[in-house]
Amino acid sequence: MSPHTKHRLLLLLPFTIFLVLAAYFAIGLTGDPSKLPSNMINKPVPEFALPGLDGGPGLASTDLKGQVRLVNIFASWCAPCRVEHPLLVRLAREEGITIHGIAYKDKPVDSQAFLDSLGNPYTSVGSDRDGRVGINFGVYGVPETYVIDKEGRIRYRHVGPLMAYDMDEVILPMLRELAK
Amino acid sequence: MIPEIGHYALVLALLLAIIQGTLPLAGAARRNTAWMEAGRVAAFGQLALVFIAFFALMWAYVVSDFSVLNVVQNSHSQKPMLYKVAGVWGNHEGSMLLWVMMLGLFGAAVAGFGRNIPPTLKARVLGVQGLIGVGFLLFILATSNPFIRVLPAPPDGNDLNPLLQDPGLAFHPPFLYLGYVGFSVAFSFAVGALIEGRVDPAWGRWVRPWTLVAWASLTLGIAMGSWWAYYELGWGGWWYWDPVENASLMPWLAGTALLHSAIVVEKRDALKTWTILLAILTFSLSLMGTFLVRSGVLTSVHAFAVDPKRGVAILALLGLATGGGLLLFAMRAHVLKVGGLFAPVSREGALVLNNLLLSVSTAVVLIGTLMPLVLDAFGHKISVGAPYFNFITPFLAIPLVLAMALGPFLPWKRADLAGVLGRLWVVALFTLAAVMVALWLQGVRPVMALVGIGLAAWAFIGAFWEVADRVRLFRIPLGESLTRAGGLPRGAWGTALAHAGMGIAIAGMIGTSFWLTEDVRVMAPGAKATIAGYELTLEKVEQGRGPNFTTEMGYFTVRTLNGDMVGTLTPERRWYPVARMPTTEAAIHTTFFADLYAVLGEPSADGRGWVVRLYHHPLVPWIWIGSLVMVAGGLLSLSDRRLRVGVPQRRTASLPTAIQPAE
Repeated sequence: MSPHTKHRLLLLLPFTIFLVLAAYFAIGLTGDPSKLPSNMINKPVPEFALPGLDGGPGLASTDLKGQVRLVNIFASWCAPCRVEHPLLVRLAREEGITIHGIAYKDKPVDSQAFLDSLGNPYTSVGSDRDGRVGINFGVYGVPETYVIDKEGRIRYRHVGPLMAYDMDEVILPMLRELAK
Repeated sequence: MIPEIGHYALVLALLLAIIQGTLPLAGAARRNTAWMEAGRVAAFGQLALVFIAFFALMWAYVVSDFSVLNVVQNSHSQKPMLYKVAGVWGNHEGSMLLWVMMLGLFGAAVAGFGRNIPPTLKARVLGVQGLIGVGFLLFILATSNPFIRVLPAPPDGNDLNPLLQDPGLAFHPPFLYLGYVGFSVAFSFAVGALIEGRVDPAWGRWVRPWTLVAWASLTLGIAMGSWWAYYELGWGGWWYWDPVENASLMPWLAGTALLHSAIVVEKRDALKTWTILLAILTFSLSLMGTFLVRSGVLTSVHAFAVDPKRGVAILALLGLATGGGLLLFAMRAHVLKVGGLFAPVSREGALVLNNLLLSVSTAVVLIGTLMPLVLDAFGHKISVGAPYFNFITPFLAIPLVLAMALGPFLPWKRADLAGVLGRLWVVALFTLAAVMVALWLQGVRPVMALVGIGLAAWAFIGAFWEVADRVRLFRIPLGESLTRAGGLPRGAWGTALAHAGMGIAIAGMIGTSFWLTEDVRVMAPGAKATIAGYELTLEKVEQGRGPNFTTEMGYFTVRTLNGDMVGTLTPERRWYPVARMPTTEAAIHTTFFADLYAVLGEPSADGRGWVVRLYHHPLVPWIWIGSLVMVAGGLLSLSDRRLRVGVPQRRTASLPTAIQPAE
């Protein structure tokens, strides 16, 4: 191969990398969206047992049976969690919904401070310091919220901060439906 | 009626953009002067039309015209005027309109100011700008029309997310977009040069002012965003490695690399192929920054499912710009002549190292931001967050900053490293002194904090010592040094300022990351708390009303431990009834060396007081002071005579490079 051809091939490299990335994205993002939410849908929550914060009750997969509830994955270092937090507090206090928290890759002290200042909507919080449990749930980034049915199966996954719209239009109707 | 005028103006702008995207390019290929000239006229027309569209939407916001869907969704009649105006770009459709307005501004600026650019190159640059305009205007008209009416008109609107009703955030997007769109000019120059098949030092000089404007705006935009996060989210964090933040950091890193490699093109006629590639990539990352934030794809892959038309259009636009640019690069870059050679240890070498480190940093952020998303789409789960970035940052930042102070001391072509290091002993001495002061004030742990302060001092002092060295301060009489300082090109001062600003900002980041003190407690009126040498007393908590919110305000008096009055702090908890959202408004007392930061939380469970969070953030204001100094450096460089005044199209061979101001 002459140095000239080598040079030409090198110049082709950025475009080739781009093509590979673009194809990857196109397949990944335009595929059937109904398959995307989570491959955990309708499966039982992954088994886990997490310690609590600051002496509070911990959280284990065995706690998640018998009642419809939400599991919210949060962290004190996560800005969108702050955005959705007031909504969770309102849900717990005004709508009486049971919400469990998983503090994802967060120091227990920081998670506790987060809850002390913004209010604690959680019935119990599990501290997932190394993020293993979060990964088993299929967490991409915090916050994420899961709807768990009476049998302890994951029925719905919401990625990103919960907004009033998601709550009123999707989650609350679903909780009502599942509670029947 | 006025929204319809805006809509119509957008359609006309699209038609004009199609002309601007075709005629000048064809004209440049066929050497048809009239066709090439059409690009200039179209660029001005484009600006006028998008201005009309933009102000039509703004008018709908200002008079609260709730027959316009976009206004209903993002405004409210009781909202303060500032946020009615800022609400125009606080949503997807309006922000896209802001984007094309910026594009119109830059297009008209190239048409108006680029008098000394050769006509074919200028026509091609304007043509490419026109094509970008076509893409965006089509996107707006087909998927994101802000002028859609709603009948019957609702009596009032849904209000803007209260977190966004803030002066810091009102002006954050315009600066960010000024930066993103500014890089489109660099992109157009790169594509234009590839078509021309020629890059020379003059090209480097033409592309530089646009890159500088974009870089300075982006720096300011990012700084404003992080400042907002600092005081509005009520946590005192200033950077979260959030995908949305990373989306603006990537073009900044790539743009910083571009800014530096363009110097090598201008001064030494080298690194041309690389600079062209960087210009294409920087704008691609800017596009990605714009879209990924707005499409919501970063928080959720489902964003595409919600509005597939928009998602596919976004991918297509990104693909066309990036793919088109890179394909052209693959086909044409070999025509560019290889320029000046240089030894590894030289100014060029230092700039290559700068580019290498900045490119790797960009890649690191890109992977950290997109990989989880891509893998998630294929059903694999990985998680990348702050720990990943915090782990990698030192490995890239330390060599980058070390080289940053060293680079400007190295002469072009070949340098004597030992000799240069010998001239840096003063900088090393002051750096050591700064570390000693930090050691004395804060102790030996954490060691990384001392390393960080050392780096900051090295960058800051290095920047000024370089100027001092150049004017032979203390080696020749002071008056003579001052004359020399006055004669230095503004670009040299700009470099020194920008590098010093980086040093100041690093000190701020280190200070608040490592030496933060915080205290969370329940306080009832009358209670006292001490933190970092201050005593705070909660005097009272009062209810109040704002224009579109109710508020609970805590009154703290701040005293030193000796009892001297320092001031008062009044943190608030606001409730926005329309959006049904609370916000916290932190209260900050700053000494410019540190911030005392107070947040009023919820009433405690037993009802006897309020949860109060107090923070002491050492050096944190320096993050933003440093950013402003960097922006000032960029603007000073921009005002350099070489970039303003008409320069000859090609440097004549008789002009010895040795007397060029070496910066």
